[in-house]
Amino acid sequence: MTLASTRVKVATANEAAAEAVKDVDVDVVAIYPITPQTTVVEKIAEFVANGDLDAELIYVESEHSAMSALIGASACGARAFTSTSSQGLIYMHEVLHIASGMRLPLVMCVAMRALSAPISIWNDHSDLMSVRDSGWVIYVASSAQEVYDTTVMAYRLAEDPEVLLPVMVAYDGFIASHTAEPFEPAGRERALELSPKRRTWSRLDPDSPITMGTITSPEYYYEFKYQQVVAMEKALEKARELERAAQRVLGRSYGLIETYKIEDADVALLVMGSYWDNARLAVDEARRRGTRAGALRLRLYRPFPLEELERALRGVSVLGVVDRAISYGARPSGPIALEIAASIGRRLDLSLVSIVAGLGQRTVTVEDLTELAVSLENARGARDAHLVTRFYGVRGL
Amino acid sequence: MTSTTLAPRWHEMPPGAVVRELGNSASIDRSDWRLERPVRDQEKCIRCRLCWIYCPDGAVLELDKPYINRNGRRYEVTYEFDYRLCKGCGICAEECTVKAITMVPEAL
Ligand code: SF4
Ligand code: SF4
Repeated sequence: MTLASTRVKVATANEAAAEAVKDVDVDVVAIYPITPQTTVVEKIAEFVANGDLDAELIYVESEHSAMSALIGASACGARAFTSTSSQGLIYMHEVLHIASGMRLPLVMCVAMRALSAPISIWNDHSDLMSVRDSGWVIYVASSAQEVYDTTVMAYRLAEDPEVLLPVMVAYDGFIASHTAEPFEPAGRERALELSPKRRTWSRLDPDSPITMGTITSPEYYYEFKYQQVVAMEKALEKARELERAAQRVLGRSYGLIETYKIEDADVALLVMGSYWDNARLAVDEARRRGTRAGALRLRLYRPFPLEELERALRGVSVLGVVDRAISYGARPSGPIALEIAASIGRRLDLSLVSIVAGLGQRTVTVEDLTELAVSLENARGARDAHLVTRFYGVRGL
Repeated sequence: MTSTTLAPRWHEMPPGAVVRELGNSASIDRSDWRLERPVRDQEKCIRCRLCWIYCPDGAVLELDKPYINRNGRRYEVTYEFDYRLCKGCGICAEECTVKAITMVPEAL
């Protein structure tokens, strides 16, 4: 990619998300401001005002209403979108379950931000981790380019008749949402080639009426929930295929996890989102200091790409999982570390180190990640390392 | 665990729990939900239709059945209950302005 290319723009992840919404020709957008997501919907409003996107904008009075409005729109067959952050995501938590339970293929961007109290408008992953069990597919992107590509891809996955699940595309508030970088939009033609508009889901139609959003009795509810379990399994399979399709159409793909120098690594750091660049620099630096380090990034978080993770971690003896959220009272206290401890367990000959860092956007530098990578050496062979979480950077610890 | 052998299996059910068969609530017998049943006094009833409007279950029937009361007043319609659909909520009795409907315990 060169800046000389006419297609390349310099934009924030928020603008990249809006650009993707324009290119996949979304029909309905629910608009509500919350920092640091606001410029996504502002940009979309601008596209609509300028005639670049023919979409219905619904100016709602809360995030709860935003999701409710989209559920209505999607139930009518519209391709729908909204974007949120932090308390806004938590405020719509109730309705997130309704969207997934009704199997509506919505797409939403989440510019991740810490949760109150105390109020913090800055970044971490607490908001996303709090809604991980809402039945949505969850991607965590690491760059403006990836936010664009993933938002386009998300519609294809969501609307796949064998999936029909809503999809979140999350990225780091401010770090990604407000930092401009070059990215190359695929343009409407290619975006719609990858994610053509197909009405694959049950929707309200006066000519062939159905009832949606009903009550169920104990005899029926569990089977519907099991259908969502199966849909998630299908989504994992389809997400793998989707990477191949994206490579074909957009000329780019990422994989469900990304790895760096993992093949011969003794120790590895696992991160999500925009720590990826610094983690790779830290790996190089750790190697210069004599630690054979590697790094991984979870790009798909729900469904959890366990097979990919296991394959990548063969041969790694210590895995440090950097969480930017706390599962209070859990051991380990990092939600992803907890999940990896549970899912990989003793299957790999691996010591797991749970690290919580960067809460409320506390700065984590390449130097910090290097130190963390090098320190993983100490946990070699420690089978119970994961029971203790390292709250990296807390003053007084 | 409840025996649900007659109910459809998970893959036989419509994703998103949509209901494709409209008006199916009419086929559900709600009579066993009832603790009290509404009983109408046709003499008091002034055919105002409020009970028909308010009944949430469509259990009030409006029948083309003329009725002449004791004072010789003729009505073209008669309201009756479909006790298979009535769940005994008592809304009709509450709304009837002339107190023509009484809720009577099912056990009686
Ligand atoms: S008791 Fe309730 S359900 Fe029964 S007829 Fe009256 S309003 Fe309808
Ligand atoms: S509300 Fe009372 S008066 Fe009116 S139609 Fe019903 S029973 Fe008769």
